[in-house]
Amino acid sequence: MSGELLAFYVLAGAAVAGALCVVLPPFGRNPLHAALALLATLAFVAGVFVILSAHLVAVLQVLVYVGAVMVLFTFVVLLLNLRREEFIGARVTPWKVGAVAAAAVFAVKTARAVVAAATGARAADLAAPGLETYGGIRDVGRELVTTYLFPFELTSILLLVAILGAVLIARRREGGAP
Amino acid sequence: MTSIPLSHVLVLALALFTIGAVGVMTRRNLLVVLMSIELMLNGANVAFLGFARWHGDSLAHAAVFIVMAVAAAEVSVGLALAMALFRHGRTVDVDRSTRLKG
Repeated sequence: MSGELLAFYVLAGAAVAGALCVVLPPFGRNPLHAALALLATLAFVAGVFVILSAHLVAVLQVLVYVGAVMVLFTFVVLLLNLRREEFIGARVTPWKVGAVAAAAVFAVKTARAVVAAATGARAADLAAPGLETYGGIRDVGRELVTTYLFPFELTSILLLVAILGAVLIARRREGGAP
Repeated sequence: MTSIPLSHVLVLALALFTIGAVGVMTRRNLLVVLMSIELMLNGANVAFLGFARWHGDSLAHAAVFIVMAVAAAEVSVGLALAMALFRHGRTVDVDRSTRLKG
């Protein structure tokens, strides 16, 4: 097993474990703990991005998610000062049935992948990227300002609208009822 | 040097997406629901980058960049909504916020 593959398994396992910590009740009951678990998960996913030779995206993942988004989450959690989510056990709702179905789909797909690997069906390996610049600023930047120019410009409008919307929604109204 | 099988990357993407979907469906705290949505978006990004490396084409990296921008916008508006909701009803429990229910 090569070092690359081993690193991928370690990072992927850590990311999945962190994701489970976000969602499952014992750890994720407290929103602050869930936020910290999400932070760890996103950092591990950034590591997976590095293994996939997506260097620029990995740096952006750390800057945008692990930096900005998680600071936002942590601030809101601390600002709201929530009590621990009380747990109402044994509530069967359609959503929970759907969640079980989603988990079942995942289990079946994973089992199929494992069986295919065990029976010797050769899985398609990821090609080593040919270019030195693959996943770097030059390649991705060129795609952004040529092929994806219009979506790229729309992104700036989207972010502007999001800033205005966030400020307007979260603003405390002067006087009167909130 | 043996490289990583594409199917393993896709299983990781599927795992992150499924865990996020389960979180969206079962958790009742709006903040944790938003975090689960982040997990789902990250699962999609992992699949994007796996296929990008498989094809040896970095076009998908630009798509991931745009997904990140959308996720950042979604989080900022979502957290602002959570603040407004909390100020309104002193709760961010999505099951108890039924004011708009017909």
